[in-house]
Amino acid sequence: MKLKSKTQDAVLFYTLRVISLLVIALLLFIMFVLTKSAWPAISKMGFSFIIGREWNPVEDQFGALPFIFGTLITSFIALIIATPVSILVALFISEYLPKNVSRIIALLVEMVAAIPSIVFGLWGIFFLSPLMKETIAPFLKKYFSFIGLFEGPSFGIGILTASMVLAVMIVPTISSICRSIFELIPKHQKEASYALGSTKFEMIKMAVIVPSLSGISSAVVLGLGRALGETMAVTMLIGNSPVIAKSLFSPAATMASVMANEYTDANTPLHVSSLCYLALLLFFITFLSNLLAKSIVKNFSRLR
Amino acid sequence: MNNRLFRKIKNHLFFGLILLSAALVLIPLFLVLKFVFVQGWSSLSLSFFTEIPKPVGEVGGGMKHAILGTIYIVLLGALIAVPLGVTCGIYLSEFGKSKLSKTLKLTVDLMSGIPSIVIGIFAYLMVVVPLKSFSALAGGVALSIIMLPIIIKTSEEILKLVPTHIREAGLALGLPRWKVILFIILKGSVSNLLTGIILAISRAAGETAPLLFTAFGNMYLSYEINKPMATLPVQIYTYAISPFKDWQRQAWAGAFVLMVLILTLNLFARYVLTKIKDKKGI
Amino acid sequence: MSEIKEKIILEAKNVEAWFGDFQAVKGISVAYGEKTINAIIGPSGCGKSTYLRTLNRIHEETEGAYVRGEVLLEGQNIYDKRIDVVDVRKRIGMVFQKPNPFPSLSILDNVVVGLRLQGINKRSTLMEVAESCLKKAALWEEVKDKLNSLGTSLSGGQQQRLCIARALAINPPVLLMDEPTSALDPIATAKIEELMNEIKRDYTVIIVTHNMQQAARISDYTSFFVYGKMIEHGLSSDIFTNPKEKQTEDYISGRFG
Repeated sequence: MKLKSKTQDAVLFYTLRVISLLVIALLLFIMFVLTKSAWPAISKMGFSFIIGREWNPVEDQFGALPFIFGTLITSFIALIIATPVSILVALFISEYLPKNVSRIIALLVEMVAAIPSIVFGLWGIFFLSPLMKETIAPFLKKYFSFIGLFEGPSFGIGILTASMVLAVMIVPTISSICRSIFELIPKHQKEASYALGSTKFEMIKMAVIVPSLSGISSAVVLGLGRALGETMAVTMLIGNSPVIAKSLFSPAATMASVMANEYTDANTPLHVSSLCYLALLLFFITFLSNLLAKSIVKNFSRLR
Repeated sequence: MNNRLFRKIKNHLFFGLILLSAALVLIPLFLVLKFVFVQGWSSLSLSFFTEIPKPVGEVGGGMKHAILGTIYIVLLGALIAVPLGVTCGIYLSEFGKSKLSKTLKLTVDLMSGIPSIVIGIFAYLMVVVPLKSFSALAGGVALSIIMLPIIIKTSEEILKLVPTHIREAGLALGLPRWKVILFIILKGSVSNLLTGIILAISRAAGETAPLLFTAFGNMYLSYEINKPMATLPVQIYTYAISPFKDWQRQAWAGAFVLMVLILTLNLFARYVLTKIKDKKGI
Repeated sequence: MSEIKEKIILEAKNVEAWFGDFQAVKGISVAYGEKTINAIIGPSGCGKSTYLRTLNRIHEETEGAYVRGEVLLEGQNIYDKRIDVVDVRKRIGMVFQKPNPFPSLSILDNVVVGLRLQGINKRSTLMEVAESCLKKAALWEEVKDKLNSLGTSLSGGQQQRLCIARALAINPPVLLMDEPTSALDPIATAKIEELMNEIKRDYTVIIVTHNMQQAARISDYTSFFVYGKMIEHGLSSDIFTNPKEKQTEDYISGRFG
């Protein structure tokens, strides 16, 4: 008997739904597997894991605070550098350049995103860190030491070096989202601003930046998510020592870098489990920041 | 009058800042490219492509095993991710308004935000632990999770570019919807979908973190799916943090090859995708 | 309503079309005679395209859209629950406003894809159908040497004739045309009007057009729609020379619409 076309369609429809459910289930499954593997550490240490300052696998001491500190401080510095740069570059592309030139610049910015993290790491080790040690660090020490963040010797690698590379890496993320938001702004709004006698800067402030503020913040949060999870370049440039130091020249370690460094060598169950605990924390931090970015955009589009 | 001058100055100052920002983005790009191409090119030799590593201390050798390993594992990942990803892309483009598809879209966004190192740990727990060995398979699984959201997103976008009236024309011929979707919409978009897949591959090929404790790496040629396998990114990492000058040179050469591979794929895919979007599909 | 000399092939009975809460077509009843050309005219947004799309059940494919009423094809209601919608559409073909050949398919494949996907794979049969349909669509001479090039590589007018050939290939007794020449230049339009006279020998055509001259030139019967209602229906010769309704007269004399 020939099936009715509606029945045939239903077969495809439900096949597609089942596969889609599978993919959704995969995300939940990742969460579940990480939680399960982290459970010994969670049940043993609980919250004290997060505030513990000692990380000593030999003594079975696991406190994650140095890594959380390292992750947050590098991401934070990277954002401080990358946010204004990304917004200005997005403005450059969408408001200042003629269409054909802007395409090339936009492509170049996106190219930065295509460069693998490992290549940034390699470049950081052999180019940026000598430059940091010999030029940038002495300069900062000489003129900005009053801030109090640039103390002690720089070995080239450390928090600042890692943050700078991170900043370069997240610019494309933030700027491409900003650009797509700026391009949504209707032309008549810009013209209305010009009609009031604005300079280009005033027009951009009034008609482009202000109405895009929530979109921009969502882009920044997405950039943050990217920076928090970035592994290789940071691992190669941060110096990997679990300390909480005041100077930006000093080495540190991030959640991602300690996983990359220690996971294959971890041989006590608690060590492995603690690393999974870190992975779970990192998973949730990025998860929440992405959700936050999404909800900002959602509210933003509702306002419009 | 004074005020007008002030506004003008502010305007120029702002433009100066914009130019400065553009320089801050483009200069590192050119520095990285220059560094990799100059150092890499000078370290490159024919034996890099034809030989496997020599024992520590001996000069020479190459990364043939890692180049082939990268291709092997990336294709393995694609083999898992493409069918799943394209299927979800079809679901989102053809039935995009249901509750499930909204959940799927959120999942895709969240999945693309998972740090790749975490995906590596997941693949370790899922594949390496039960099989009791690092393996190419584990690497493939890890890369497939990285590719999946990219493939879903691009597939959805590409299929959505097919105008509604093409679907209606298919239905008007008395074809059931599933045939219209599979044999007209999907078949008509195959080459475009391929572009999306290339984009995903270019992203996965450069990943190091998820391979560290899945495919792991080795120093010889291997095609065995259940054994450790070398890849370019991991090999570059191993050599880059080593103290040997010759290995560091090999790392540069490896970075050069990896960059050429990835940028070619990536720029090609991007070029084609913007062309497709300009033409609005047809 | 006006009398029809021909045997009735398709009949709409109190057809209503809805988009959610919005009613686009309001209670249309009209009968179409076999092998006639029937034009539907009216100001834009008057529901004429929507009405046409109820006749092959394409309207219901739009999200939230539904139809009430009956459409009888040779006496059988196509909205009957027991009827499979694909069988309806096999017998009522459609040509759209914008030429829409299938992407990435050759000219030949575009014509025969309907048959092929119904399981007819014999090459000689497909070639025969392709040739005869392309001839009926007055396209054969222009494409017979490049049947394997892409359908989308043709000019707009050629693409539209290709779409007509594609619709004819499954041999539907009724052919719906939704402003088929509105996207075309005058020469391409003339070509399509010409071939419609040929098509009329074997098929019943219902054509929506915003071009009154076109309706007058090619159709046997004309219906005039305003705001989802049919104001008048009759022989085209009557409608265009001696309309009964004031609104029709205003419209065709260009005072309204």
